[in-house]
Amino acid sequence: MELFAHQILAGLATGGIYACMALAVVMIYQAIDHLNFAQGEMAMFSTFIAWQLIQWGFPYWVAFGATIVISFAAGVVIERVVLRPVHDAPVLSHVVAFIALLAILNSAAGFIWDYTIKSFPSPFGGGAFLGQGLMSKHDAGMIGMTLAMLVLLYLFFRHTRIGLAMRAAAANPESARLAGIRVGWMTALGWGMAAAIGSVAGMLIAPVVFLEPNMMLSILLYGFAGAVVGGLTSPGGAVVGGFSVGIIENLAGTYIPVVGREMKLSIALCIIIAVLCVKPSGLFGRPVVTRV
Amino acid sequence: MSRLLEARGLCAFYGATQVLFGLDLSIGEGGITTLLGANGAGKTTTLRSLSGMCRISGDIVFESKPTVGLSTEDIVRRGIAHVPQGRGTFSRQTVEENLEIGAMTRRDRKAIAIDVERVYGYFPRLKERHRQQAGTLSGGEQQMLAVGRAMMLRPKLMLLDEPSFGLAPLIVEELFGILRTLNRTEKVSMLLVEQNAALALDLADDAYLIETGRLVTTGPARQLRDDENIRRSYLGY
Repeated sequence: MELFAHQILAGLATGGIYACMALAVVMIYQAIDHLNFAQGEMAMFSTFIAWQLIQWGFPYWVAFGATIVISFAAGVVIERVVLRPVHDAPVLSHVVAFIALLAILNSAAGFIWDYTIKSFPSPFGGGAFLGQGLMSKHDAGMIGMTLAMLVLLYLFFRHTRIGLAMRAAAANPESARLAGIRVGWMTALGWGMAAAIGSVAGMLIAPVVFLEPNMMLSILLYGFAGAVVGGLTSPGGAVVGGFSVGIIENLAGTYIPVVGREMKLSIALCIIIAVLCVKPSGLFGRPVVTRV
Repeated sequence: MSRLLEARGLCAFYGATQVLFGLDLSIGEGGITTLLGANGAGKTTTLRSLSGMCRISGDIVFESKPTVGLSTEDIVRRGIAHVPQGRGTFSRQTVEENLEIGAMTRRDRKAIAIDVERVYGYFPRLKERHRQQAGTLSGGEQQMLAVGRAMMLRPKLMLLDEPSFGLAPLIVEELFGILRTLNRTEKVSMLLVEQNAALALDLADDAYLIETGRLVTTGPARQLRDDENIRRSYLGY
């Protein structure tokens, strides 16, 4: 029983990483209705910017804030420059653009900062928070930050007019335009916010997995799994989904003998497939109800 | 009546297909104008052209200023509210949120709150359901919500695309009664596209009849209604 409790706790700790990433995935999905495959690389690149700022001698929280601002601006620019032109193109063109972004950001990071593994500081310290090595202070801080972001997002979307305008633009672009909402800018804003959330995720994840251009590859997969479990339309669901994936991964690794370390990654894919088969809208996603 | 909106030689295209062929339209301030025609005559396209949602040629002047080349958002901000075919409901948002979306171009929060109440005054059923997801409303309620959303813009001109579509006769009667009230008390001019010609001609002051993107005839609504030939050949009642 104690082992079980410990594994759940450790699962929550890794789940925090996935929840962070899932939240960023859902944000973009809300704004553009597509999964952005370059999301992980955008977060990785942002984290490198933060690392560079810290190397130049800026205090951690200054670098943290500046990175969020830079990432937001970069997200808006990417939407305007890369995705605006393919706006009316079929989904496949978007997918190609995402993959191009992924490759470009990955190589650019490798070119500028090379592929050696770098350590990234944690603002919360590395000591134990609960139990021996089950959940560190950083893990606890990361979970706290993820939940705080979730609350902020909820308040933004539910209680501000611009949040409502963004929801309207995503739900029904043509009708939003007829209400005078500048839909193109709402999409750009969504990209900016997703990039900013991704940068926070990257900076929180980097102390755990270490900083290098490929750090996000498997994490993004888990992030997608978390987003799918929670339902792609629900930020809260994405966070719950991320935590669930972390816990499931840990329990499976402990109790199912064949899984072990090597098979861990395939668990994310199994979860995605299982959820899509049983409940395609996810645990918290709203199936779209329309009256005919 | 002074002229609120004038279109001259309006042509509209979907890709290589031309749908409107040099239409002239003139909408008087404060009145209700109806645009009639069979399926595929170009009624919806005319409205979409006025809202900047089609590729067009020709001139459109609204309040003595041209609107050709402006984006839909900017035309809307000039005071033209378009209630689209299919009602354009934001189905996942609540009724009240739908109304707030309609006022998104305005900044006067207090006046917006007053206008929400005013819309509820015209459509009491929306007030009863103000926290309900708009997608779960009946067709008639959604149409009322669409008109209410357009009102929130405080428009000078409202473009209505087949508001009676798919609604029960009693509901249509109620809705058209409210449209008339809105026109008189809120001083909103209207351009009404309708399949139901008898209904539209009763409500409207002026009428346009088009066929395959060209003007057939225009005049006071009463005159079209009383013209036996037009009624038989074009309006089918």
